[in-house]
Amino acid sequence: MLLEIKDLHAGIEGREILKGLTMNVNQGEVHAIMGPNGSGKSTLAKVLAGHPTYEVISGEVIYEGKDLFELDPDERARAGVFLAFQYPVEIPGVSNSQFLRLAYNEKMKHLGEEELDPLEFNDLLKERAKIVEMDSSFFKRSVNEGFSGGEKKRNEILQMAVLQPKLAVLDETDSGLDIDALRIVAEGVNKLRNPDKAIILVTHYQRLLNYIEPDFVHVLADGKIVKQGGKELALELEEKGYDWVKAVGS
Amino acid sequence: MASQYFKMNLQVVKETIYSADFRKSLEEANQPSWLKNLRENAFSYFAENGFPMPKNEDWKYTNVAAIGKESFEFGAGTINAPELKKFTYGESAQSQLVFVDGKLNLEFSNVSALPENVSVETFEEAFKEEKLAEIIKSNLAKSVNYDFNGFTALNTAFIGEGALLFIPKDVRIETPIHLLYVSTGSKASFPRLLIVAENFCEATIIESYARTSETKYLTNSVVEIMLADEAKLKHFRVQRESHEAFHIGTTAAQIRRGTIYDATSINLGGAISRHDINVKFNAEGGECFVDGLYMLSGAQHHDTHSVIDHKLPNCLSHQTYKGVLNDKSRGVFNGKVFVRENASGTDAQQSNKNLLLSNDARVDTKPQLEIFNDDVKCAHGATVGQLEEEELFYLRSRGLSEKLARNLLTYGFAEEIINKIEIESIKTELDEAVLNRLNVNLGI
Repeated sequence: MLLEIKDLHAGIEGREILKGLTMNVNQGEVHAIMGPNGSGKSTLAKVLAGHPTYEVISGEVIYEGKDLFELDPDERARAGVFLAFQYPVEIPGVSNSQFLRLAYNEKMKHLGEEELDPLEFNDLLKERAKIVEMDSSFFKRSVNEGFSGGEKKRNEILQMAVLQPKLAVLDETDSGLDIDALRIVAEGVNKLRNPDKAIILVTHYQRLLNYIEPDFVHVLADGKIVKQGGKELALELEEKGYDWVKAVGS
Repeated sequence: MASQYFKMNLQVVKETIYSADFRKSLEEANQPSWLKNLRENAFSYFAENGFPMPKNEDWKYTNVAAIGKESFEFGAGTINAPELKKFTYGESAQSQLVFVDGKLNLEFSNVSALPENVSVETFEEAFKEEKLAEIIKSNLAKSVNYDFNGFTALNTAFIGEGALLFIPKDVRIETPIHLLYVSTGSKASFPRLLIVAENFCEATIIESYARTSETKYLTNSVVEIMLADEAKLKHFRVQRESHEAFHIGTTAAQIRRGTIYDATSINLGGAISRHDINVKFNAEGGECFVDGLYMLSGAQHHDTHSVIDHKLPNCLSHQTYKGVLNDKSRGVFNGKVFVRENASGTDAQQSNKNLLLSNDARVDTKPQLEIFNDDVKCAHGATVGQLEEEELFYLRSRGLSEKLARNLLTYGFAEEIINKIEIESIKTELDEAVLNRLNVNLGI
């Protein structure tokens, strides 16, 4: 098993948001986490990545047989955990290619593999950028600075394509995307799907799941999973609305 | 009043450690009498007033007493070609003047890439030509008078190997012109540069300060810039003095209708360094960009003072200064922007952002915008702070250690200014300098 979340309670600024969440993720699986606003979806994503303002109250998360909370955010990343941000951060003055090469090489160093010089890395970057239909003009631009909403999300998937995480958590990657950008992002994710890697899709809407078919759907309400099922659950949810699961949960 | 009268007529000049060298320099100079008079007046002012004291509001945070205690040597040291190569830029290999300890070095200076009607030469050479002599006479010490402060006085007193850059009407120079000032020992040097650009001309100049050894010396420079209608000048100033050295520099520009003066000043060196940059609008519709970076470590002290004076309508001034301060370093930013009663349609923006990398670093920032007209677009602001948590987390979530993430963000912060420099070899040099200080290997 790649990831085990056991009775996780977590929150922010003393407010408990996740109230006993349990789920398991195996390699090769795609899990969708759905739920109304405030149900704790994004909190789960940030806790897994190690965001410093979120606190774990109790419970545990085992990643590859080890306690995930023992690791700093950068150690988690090097161990293969990746969070695609809902609101990717702009880093003025640092170019996309500089940033990605540093991140890539940090990972290679961790794995004891060969680091790439800028020219070698550029070749790799060009190759991976095809996955999200990004052209090389993005490489020299500062990270996310002046990018449109869709470009930022594509850039997140590009980072995922470069870093090849074992566990990718996509936090509302579909929000704010028009239909074309959604298609590009979703196709990018599909290309990165493989039997060694797991993906957790955090999303409010079902529409992303038309493009990326999940193996499991978990519905979150008030910090707990209230319903679990296959991809058909998402369609049912779309039809009946979140009030339905809220009723189930209570 | 009697004593005042007496003082003003007192012809006796106080002896200072600079007196003997000043007299020697004045005697040896082959200069017109008006210039010798100017120099004498300037020296009298210096002898009477000395260097500015902290009680002077403009020097409140920068104590230069240490400079007054030193007695520096005079005269040019030697430098060899491999050493020099570290400080020159390929883009201006045939458009550079090299000054070693303030003296023009003919061996390494080469301006063959410049159009024939452009003059880049020492005042002494320029005085041989009537037209150029007249240009010097009507422009020298007009943007900064000797009594601006004790340093401009001393610089004016030591106008010996000053240089003139004269660009006649309609001349557009693609090649950047590099004025390189290298210090080699424990010397005092007084670089002086006068730039006069006529209507519609365009040029890029690099003014750089470098050293061959980590010694204590003084560079006291004054650059005056006179730009006529529609002239466009890019001015890159790179100060990489020794961390033991004193660097006091003044830039004063006067601009006119349709002029674009675009200055970027990078301050990396010096134990105590100060840069005054002042821009005056002499006609409607001029534009200036006055940007800079100071990056300090150890016990370095840097002070940037700027005055941008909007006296006339429809002029634009944009100013962005950034500071990165580590260890026990200290930064000072004081930017005055005046928008006078007549100056309708002014667009004045000013910002100073500082990043403190250590608890012992300190910055005193004072952006001042004084507006006496309602029909203007003005904004100013200053920040002093640390790196953003959210940015740090973003980088760490991609596998960068906290230290690397901090250093990369700091580099990015400085890059906003460095990226303005379009000359590739300067940009590379500065990237390397910044990354070295931050211990980041970007493989550039």
